[in-house]
Amino acid sequence: MTHAFPFSAIVGQDDMKQAMILTAIDPKLGGVLVFGDRGTGKSTAVRALAALLPPIDAVKGCPVNAAHPKDCPDWANLDSKEIETRPTPVIDLPLGVTEDRVTGALDIERALTQGEKAFQPGLLAAANRGYLYIDEVNLLEDHIVDLLLDVAQSGENLVEREGLSIRHAAQFVLVGSGNPEEGELRPQLLDRFGLSVEVRTPTDIEDRIEVIKRRDSYEKSPSRYVGRWRKKDGEIRDKILAARESLSGIDTKKPILRDCAELCVALGSDGLRGELTLLRSSRALAAYVGASAVTRDHLRSVAPIALSHRLRRDPLDEAGSVARVTRAVDEVLG
Amino acid sequence: MTREDQSAWRDTLRAIDLLTLDPSGLGGITVRARAGPVRDAFLEALGRLKAPLFRIHPAMSREALFGGLDLTATLSSGRLVETAGCLAADITPMLCMAERCPPDRAAELAAWLDDTRGTLVMLDEAAEPGEIAPPTLQDRLAFFVSLDPIGRLEATPYAYQGVKDAHLKLDDVETPKNAPDTLVSIAARLGIDSLRAPLLALRAARANAALEGRDRICGEDLETAARLVLAPRATVLPQQPDDPPGPDEQTSEPETQSQDTDTLRLPEEVLVEAIIPHLPPDLLEQGRSTQLRSARGSGQGSKRRSNRRGRPLPSRPGRLGNGARVDLVATLRTAAPWQSLRPKGRGQVIIYPSDIRLKRYEEKSDRLLIFVVDASGSAAMARLAEAKGAVEVLLAQAYANRDHVSLIAFRGDDADLLLPPTRSLVQTKRRLAALPGGGGTPLAAGLRHAGELAIHARGQGLSPTVALLTDGRANIALDGQANRTAAREDAAAMAGWLRAEGIPALVLDTSARPERALNALSKDLGAHYLALPRADSVTMGKTLERALHDGLDA
Repeated sequence: MTHAFPFSAIVGQDDMKQAMILTAIDPKLGGVLVFGDRGTGKSTAVRALAALLPPIDAVKGCPVNAAHPKDCPDWANLDSKEIETRPTPVIDLPLGVTEDRVTGALDIERALTQGEKAFQPGLLAAANRGYLYIDEVNLLEDHIVDLLLDVAQSGENLVEREGLSIRHAAQFVLVGSGNPEEGELRPQLLDRFGLSVEVRTPTDIEDRIEVIKRRDSYEKSPSRYVGRWRKKDGEIRDKILAARESLSGIDTKKPILRDCAELCVALGSDGLRGELTLLRSSRALAAYVGASAVTRDHLRSVAPIALSHRLRRDPLDEAGSVARVTRAVDEVLG
Repeated sequence: MTREDQSAWRDTLRAIDLLTLDPSGLGGITVRARAGPVRDAFLEALGRLKAPLFRIHPAMSREALFGGLDLTATLSSGRLVETAGCLAADITPMLCMAERCPPDRAAELAAWLDDTRGTLVMLDEAAEPGEIAPPTLQDRLAFFVSLDPIGRLEATPYAYQGVKDAHLKLDDVETPKNAPDTLVSIAARLGIDSLRAPLLALRAARANAALEGRDRICGEDLETAARLVLAPRATVLPQQPDDPPGPDEQTSEPETQSQDTDTLRLPEEVLVEAIIPHLPPDLLEQGRSTQLRSARGSGQGSKRRSNRRGRPLPSRPGRLGNGARVDLVATLRTAAPWQSLRPKGRGQVIIYPSDIRLKRYEEKSDRLLIFVVDASGSAAMARLAEAKGAVEVLLAQAYANRDHVSLIAFRGDDADLLLPPTRSLVQTKRRLAALPGGGGTPLAAGLRHAGELAIHARGQGLSPTVALLTDGRANIALDGQANRTAAREDAAAMAGWLRAEGIPALVLDTSARPERALNALSKDLGAHYLALPRADSVTMGKTLERALHDGLDA
């Protein structure tokens, strides 16, 4: 698609947009999971974000989008040191994909024709320094999801096959979307996603009308429509870039760390991943809004998307997990 | 051919015309029809589409649909040969037996529709109310027509003209400013959540205007679009809006005069009235069953992965052992391309451990119906006999379906498991007959027992469903105290627990007058609520049976 729907033109869905911006600022957050009804713009938002991000510099012809010639894997046999700019890669992971296609495998063509062992990079290589998008993640085979989450966390893809031993960088933001009506995700996998967002169809009639109007005029003439929103998209892009710069300089005071820990204890979330994600995402948010230090307001704003999927199911609590997080936030942060 | 038949058929043809005009924008059409002359006439009419129809089947392999490695050709020619897959050609795929399409294949097709802006025709041959074409796909296709109500066609009154001119006009059709508003609010009033629906309706209205040779969408176009696109998706009967409809009538006069302004006076009320006759006839029923579905009900038995029996699934890499069975053909297929790399034996195929593919199957687990029967004094007075009768009627049916049944009765201050999960009809009848009545109503205890039994049964691979028969006046708390407030709170808490565990349930109100507290409890349970104030045991059993099948089998 040449002209993705502009990110800034998406009506509402603030949680989803915020989560995506945060992962764009700090790719180490560990991906976003977007769960929600049909026709709420889940895939639209992912593609829009990719179109909004600035292009990256990469060595020409490099299969893993390496920024410097020294980072190019030796199996690629690249001679050129020329640098080219490419759009931020967004790789779609289709359902029913094979493990070989994801991790990369022996190059079947060269094996057949020349009888030599060569590595053919897979989708993980192509997604390096970009996004890997899985629509209907809840329908994906479990072993593929396991593998993806493993690689997403370690940032490295390791292939051992037929006497080949290949490793290459695979740092990408994992974006999964799905409709819970068609099957739920196992809790072990849920926890591995950094942020999780629930999207719903807007209930407000005016919002819905606005969605339809914008989408309709976009479909009539995508290029003209994208042009109209270019300025706003540019503003978001500049803010993301500035936030990436300032991210390392954001101050995190000790009381904030204590707040994070207390919040997670109050919610009874397992493991320490909750705290880490909460901290990282609030830091990214602080950078995005131009603050110099993380405050309780930042914590409050990211807590639902960072924690709601890490709670144990409480059989006697009727409220949704987002409501429980909000309640705990109110109790702990006052 | 009756007049209704004629108008339904005309609508169907109109849908095809619109689709011919804007195939990629409208996405396609879902047709519910059994094989027959009407369907044949419909398929003939579909021949109008620019890209020819091409039958595809849910069980077709991924490679055949979307392309992939052509192993035979690759091996024989010694170079990589890929097949394009039939969807790559310029065709309109027609998915037959769409109701049999598994969700992962539906998701792949949905992705194909999104990426290529293709057109899809779905033939839904569903016979049972529970069977349904994949909603992921239905959501993306503008039209839904049901041909079954059309009795017979005398001739095919298929006159068709002017599409060529209409093509040119399509992009220039003007949209009045408030047309999207009208469609969105109609969609909202019909309870349609997806925002794709009004968007598709708007496109349909535009195509309709072009087809009629207009350069501007008018009220008639909106009505056609709402009838064809929105009406079949309705989930509720339209409610009256908050503001009185009075002003509409007054302003309908100047409508004709103010044609040149950018907005169009569209009496929304008139549009809604116009499409009401076209709403699905079983709307209430449908609304009910979707409600049940979303309560995670799957009375059919949930699917389990297994490596021993059931329906075959694609094989996957793995190790030998643990009773896994090797998929020999898949293993050989995996090993075949690499043979030229591996040390050569004499006519031997070399297989490495990484080539091993294991078989996997998916099987349906058996269903367990847990009856939780109120045997308290109040129920005994009222309707215990009928409740027992209803359970028996259901049991006979359950037996025919080869379901397991179990019976829990609560009375006095606790609940008892009268019948552990069994398939024995005789045993159940005997225990039921011996069931005495009297005492308090420890509803919470009954629910707790049912929940424990359900979780235990699930661990054994059964799919439990709880059917609660009570008059709902809980008066004994979990700790055995006679305290109405505590009893009600405990019952609600237990209901919440059952719901959180994802156990589908059904509440049958047997009291003489529908009990409000029980309706609330069934909400806590996420269960369907049936009030049967005056039903005898046979009606009660039949209703229960239907509810279990309609809703839970989806």
